[in-house]
This record gives sequence, structure tokens and C-alpha cells, in this order.
Amino acid sequence: MAEAEFIKGNEAIAMGAIEAGCRFYFGYPITPQNDIPEYMSRHLTDVDGTFIQAESEIASINMLLGASSTGARAMTSSSSPGISLKQEGISYMCGSQIPGVIVNMSRSGPGLGGIDPSQGDYFQATRGGGHGDYRTIVLAPHSVQENYDLTMKAFDLADKYRNPVVILGDALLGQMKEPIRRRKYRKKEFPKDWAMTGAKGRKKRLLKSLYLSEGELTDHNWMLNKKYQSMKREIMFETQFMEGAKLVVVAFGSVARILKSTVQMARDRGMKVGLFRPITLFPFPSAALDKISHSIKNFMAVELNTGQMLEDLKLSVGHKKNQVDFYGRPPGSIPSPDELFHEIKKIYKKRIG
Amino acid sequence: MAMIKFRRERCKGCGMCVSACPKNLLVVGSKINRAGYPMARIDDMKSCTGCALCAEMCPDVVITVFK
Amino acid sequence: MKQTFKRPKALVDIPFHFCPGCHHGIIHRLVAECIDFYGLREKTIGVASVGCSVFLYDYFNADVVEAPHGRAAAVATGVKRASPDNFVFTYQGDGDLAAIGTAEIIHAANRGERITVIFVNNTVFGMTGGQMAPTTMSGQETTTTPFGRDLETNGFPIKMSELLTELPGSTFVARAAVNNPKNLMKAKKLLKRAFEVQTNGEGFSFVEFLSACPTNWKMTPKQATERVQEEMIPYFPLGVFKGGQE
Repeated sequence: MAEAEFIKGNEAIAMGAIEAGCRFYFGYPITPQNDIPEYMSRHLTDVDGTFIQAESEIASINMLLGASSTGARAMTSSSSPGISLKQEGISYMCGSQIPGVIVNMSRSGPGLGGIDPSQGDYFQATRGGGHGDYRTIVLAPHSVQENYDLTMKAFDLADKYRNPVVILGDALLGQMKEPIRRRKYRKKEFPKDWAMTGAKGRKKRLLKSLYLSEGELTDHNWMLNKKYQSMKREIMFETQFMEGAKLVVVAFGSVARILKSTVQMARDRGMKVGLFRPITLFPFPSAALDKISHSIKNFMAVELNTGQMLEDLKLSVGHKKNQVDFYGRPPGSIPSPDELFHEIKKIYKKRIG
Repeated sequence: MAMIKFRRERCKGCGMCVSACPKNLLVVGSKINRAGYPMARIDDMKSCTGCALCAEMCPDVVITVFK
Repeated sequence: MKQTFKRPKALVDIPFHFCPGCHHGIIHRLVAECIDFYGLREKTIGVASVGCSVFLYDYFNADVVEAPHGRAAAVATGVKRASPDNFVFTYQGDGDLAAIGTAEIIHAANRGERITVIFVNNTVFGMTGGQMAPTTMSGQETTTTPFGRDLETNGFPIKMSELLTELPGSTFVARAAVNNPKNLMKAKKLLKRAFEVQTNGEGFSFVEFLSACPTNWKMTPKQATERVQEEMIPYFPLGVFKGGQE
């Protein structure tokens, strides 16, 4: 096993990408993710890769579309306002089935908002985000190690499904430093019999999203839907303290990270609180939550927004027959484990006593 | 000796070839093709020099030239 | 007798959807002839844009990736950087390149991307039904300038070739027309040079084609062709602006 290194969250993403064979990076500066383009600009040359600081986020996502269309592994990263600009390109990539990795180290909004951590982009990430009926796989790391590991995985998933994959982190996960262990990326081969390589000795290939003939677009959309459904086999989640739990706290990303301390505090005080952390936000671990809801009746979503993942949780556990409470923290400050403990205690008292 | 051939079903009757012919040999007739367009034609093939300007100017690649 | 003019191999043998007298068909053929001439068909990756030119992917017998509206130059940047041995071209109309895609084309040119850009300027949005384009002429009536383009409120018809010429990153910039055999023959030469600029690895090449849109100009093909000569060429002069024959 490799030595532990002390690495910044954003850099771990860049390192994971290069290790996974990403050779093309296109981006535009925006706080709080600038360490990613900075790292890429310095290190892609070591592996004969290409870094372009584009004129906009719109250009970046379209350069990604172009590079990925040739079968190469490529990535772009940004933060919330920049991710909004990329939605057009993501929609086209989904329509044309072009893979690619898009990192959103999200910040607070709406509008220019601020540079604090936020989970306000949950809907945008998990519902497609741009125009049209499509989905992207969304991975939500909660540590620097996971930033590294999930970025590697993102490239495999993108190639496997010929679909963009979004890594949804936030300012906290990008800026914090933690020890990580690098691991060797085990290369997986994905056939790229769709890639733009020049029509030599074969028929020409098209990558397009325009379907005008009668019925064609209907079929295309159902085919895409079937693909999105098949992504369920990639669902990942983590649970803690579920034995005998009477209240399950559900959270992702940086909040889940903070909650790990909080739930420990609760258990230390004899409260039967468990933690459920979705790692894939799309597809959402609905079946697992549904199963849990047969034996545990009380759930609580905690998010750095005013209630987004909450809806997926309610849909998963059936909020008519179960209690789903919520604590939300809009951007401005990061809750401490103690503060969250206080909020959980209130719900615990109300529901369990 | 030259000859031009029209793929008449592709002709849209725009008349670009008519303007291009330095010897004014082409006309767009009144006969229409299956797409509903009147078609260009040449009556005096003997005078054609095979310069291919009609073919060059045709937006629909209707004309091929033999010399 | 020998066949002296035939359909280029790089064009799929299907009819164009273009209206009668539209110059897109001629420009498509010229590009296909160049691909044949330099033996590039099996190395070509085309980037289709949005507008009347979108069906490029059906017409060219080559790999083609579709770009979002205006983004062809950025997509081509990604393609060429990832696959530098392929011949990469974009084909874009005036709405696509000179309105919504202005940033992408300027920066691709300024970076000196080794791509070839075919720009078709017919002073109107064709596909959407004849609205004002950034290149619409002063006084020209369109569906969104029903009283004629007013320079006071709509600004000036944009001169993309002149603009790109000023950028240190561009290598070859030219404007051509295909409204008569003489201009068409010149256009062929310019297009060949644009191809060579990429195949020689010299840099960014750009050819603007003045083109007629009889349907949306509400003219006969003959009138439209004359308008190119009488109204467009005086404002959009033809020729090589930068990087003539080496």
C-alpha cells in the first residue's frame, strides 16, 4: 500500500483523473475549484496530455464534448455558476451519448451567491440540469480519499454507459486537506466503436442528438431511459450505526462527513441514531432506503440547502407511512457536529421520546 | 465532342446552370419532375464544349460532363 | 468520351434538402471535392453546426460530430487536440458562427487551432424562417426587421473575416463567393489553400462564403445571385485577407 500523503481535496480529484487516464482537461477559473485547473496545467504535460484554459465554461464543456467524441478520456471542472453554463453541453452529450467527467465543487447561490460550501445544486445535478429528459450519473464524495477514488471510478462509468458523469462536491471538500493513499488505477477496456476516428475501412459514424423522423426521437428517448434505469446496478451508499437504530439520518457529501461525528455523539448518549449516506445521488439508493423503512420508521434529511435530497428520501421511504423530518442549512455557515447534534436531538425527542 | 447528362429527378429548376453556360445552351423547361420542379435541359448538345461551368454552378450536383 | 465532371466521393449520393438556388449545395460540393483532392476522406472528422447546415452529417461520407448551436469551433478544438492526425473542419452559418458562437470562433482562431472553418454568410437565419442575422445588410428586410435593418438600433452587419484577420493566432483568412463561375473558380483555390494550411500544420484557416438564400430573401435564384454581386460583395469584399499562397 502506498504511503499516505497530505493532499488538498481539489488536487485529489485532479490526481485521480490523471491516474485514470484523463489526458484532456478544459476549464475556466472559478472559486473554489481553481486548484483543479492549476494542477492539470502543471501535470498533464508530464503524461503528454493537453490543458486548455478556455474562454468560457460553455467553450470548456464543448471542448470536452469534442475530445471525448474521439474516444479520449477528458474532464472539465467548475463550480455552481459555471456548471449552469455547462448544462447546454451536458444535454448534448447525453443526447449524442458522449462520455465525459464533469466536476462541480459547488458553491452557494442563487446567482453569484457566495463562495461558501452549499448543496444547492442537488436538483440540477440529479434531474439532468439542462433541457430534455436525461440523467447523468452523480457521485458525491465526502472525503479527500473519496475525491480521488470516485474520480477514477467516474471515468469508468462514463465510458461504460457512454454518458457524462458528474462529481458533486463542494467548497469544503475541495479546500480541505487530508491524508490519502494513492492506488494504482486498474485499466478497464471499453469498446469505443462509436468514436470519431475517421471513416477508414469502415462506414462513417455520426454522433448527434437531432432526430426528426417520425417516432425516431421517441425511440431514442426510451433507449436512453432504459440506459438510465440500468445504471441502478452502480448504486453506492454507506451506513453507520444502523443496528437497532430508531432514527436514520440521511445526508451526502460534506454534511454526511460532519454527521459521522454527530451520530457518534448521539450513540455515546444512548440515542439510537443511524446514518445513511448515498454515494451515488443518481441513481439514488431508493431500494435500500425502502428496505430499511420496513423496520425503521423515522428518517431525517440533513442538507446544506432548504430541502432537495429530502424529496428523493420521501419518495424512497414513502413519507405517508413514515416520518421524514428535515434540517436544512442554507449557505452562510457550516454546521458543527454539536449544532447538528442539537437538531437531531430535537427530532429524536419528538419522534421517539 | 462533349456531352452533359442531367439527373433530372434531382433538378430543382433554379436555373443557375442556365446563367452559367457561356453559349446559352440550357433552358429550364416547363416539364416537372417527381419532386414537382421544372427541369433544366439542353437542346443543342452538338454546340456544347464540355466546359462544365453548368455543372460547377449547379447546387444539386445534377449535371455530369463527358468530353 | 471521358467523364470530366462527377459527384465527389466524399458526398453521399442523396439529394440535398436545400431550397432551389441555395448556394449551400455548391459549397458542400466544393468542400467534398477538396476532401477528395487531398485524399482526406478517411481522416476527416466534420463538426456539424445548427441551422440549414446541420444535415452536413447526412451529406458527407465521413465521421461527423454534431455541435450545439455556435459551439462548433470549441468542439473542433477538442477533437483536433485529442486527435491531431485527423483532418477537422467545421461548417457554420452566420447565426451560428457570428452571433451565438462569436466567442468560440474568436478564441479558437486566436489560439491558432489547427482546424479549417467554413463560414457561410447569407445575411439571414435560414432554418428558422428568415430572421435578422448579425450579417444582415443595412436596410434589409427580414421577419424580425420588417422595416429593414436599422443600423441605429441593430448595429452593423458584422465582418467576420476582417475581425479574424486582426487576430495574431489566425493563419489563413479569406472571403469567397460562388455566385458566378469566375468567383467559384477563385473560391476553389482559396478553399484548397485553407485545407493545406491544416494539412501542413500551419494553423487556423477560415473561408467565408457569401451565399444566396433566395427563399428568405424572397427572390428568384437569379435575383439572389445578382444581389450577392451588387449588394454583398461591395460591403463584404472578396479575396485573401491573410496568409496567401506560400
